[in-house]
Amino acid sequence: MNCIIIDDEAMARAIVRQLCSKIPGLDVIEEFDNAISAIKFLNQQDIDVIFLDIHMPGFSGVDFVQTLKDPPKVVMTTSDTDFAIAAYEYECIVDYLVKPITLERFEKSIAKIHSASTQKPQAKVAANADSAVGEDLYINIDRRLIKLKLDEILVIEAKGDYIDVKTEKEEHRVHTTLKKIKEKLPEKLFLQIHRSYIINFTKIIDIEDNSVLIAKNVVPISRSNRPELMRRLNLL
Amino acid sequence: MIDQPNLNYVNELAGDDVEFRGQFIDIIKNEFPQEKEEYFGHVSNTRVKETAEIVHKLKHKFNILGMENSYKLAVVYEMELLEGKHDSQSKFKEILETIEEYIKTI
Repeated sequence: MNCIIIDDEAMARAIVRQLCSKIPGLDVIEEFDNAISAIKFLNQQDIDVIFLDIHMPGFSGVDFVQTLKDPPKVVMTTSDTDFAIAAYEYECIVDYLVKPITLERFEKSIAKIHSASTQKPQAKVAANADSAVGEDLYINIDRRLIKLKLDEILVIEAKGDYIDVKTEKEEHRVHTTLKKIKEKLPEKLFLQIHRSYIINFTKIIDIEDNSVLIAKNVVPISRSNRPELMRRLNLL
Repeated sequence: MIDQPNLNYVNELAGDDVEFRGQFIDIIKNEFPQEKEEYFGHVSNTRVKETAEIVHKLKHKFNILGMENSYKLAVVYEMELLEGKHDSQSKFKEILETIEEYIKTI
């Protein structure tokens, strides 16, 4: 099994390299102090695992994962326990390690990689399909990953290059698109009812001709999305 | 009271690997003074975001050097900076000075 290490800190790279040296059959073939260089490398070389620092200036580990079309297994590394993590927002991320990483914890991570590699793809699809109520969504705000409970989200509104995520308690502005977040949301709970709005339709209070009321939010319904909304409702 | 830095984690990771231990010490001796200087540069020019960035970087070293309390203080300080405060600045300076002295001994 071969791997690369991406971390802007030389000390952190040296530590992960040392940990890798203690695992038989795990070869570090390259290390990078920034994610951009690693992308170029990955376009030319197949690798099995990436040990990836989350917090890097300019282009974070999470940004990097989002750019990977056919990603290998990724183990995120972080010095912030608060970051622990978006790990499961992306299927390719099999584990996260909080620095300073102990050998014992690193070995467990390697076991997870082996386990993930032997999982049947069908099993992963099934696991995703089951994810819904009670699960969480991590959003990246000012270099922090904030956990939101999916079933507490009310409305998501597109605002140019950002989205506003409104929950029962608060509102967050996130630099992403409605299309991207839609892919992360379970269809059981969420529905796009307008090109700028996704709603948690279990939170609807009432519906008028062209709008729905969710908590204090009046959300427009586009003509094209209205039939799907009506189909999903339990109409008397 | 500032906790004292140590190489326990590195020694455990190195085992008999003298080369790794030496490499690690070289890195910290090289990186730490640069990062410390960068930190004070940002502080004196009130570049808050950059100060928070370098605090984030430095706090990882506190962890590696077994300075758990200092790490916790750095976490708080980083948050303070992002909120426009700097209550922990003087303690953070003491931590940097403690590490600087320690590095001279290894």
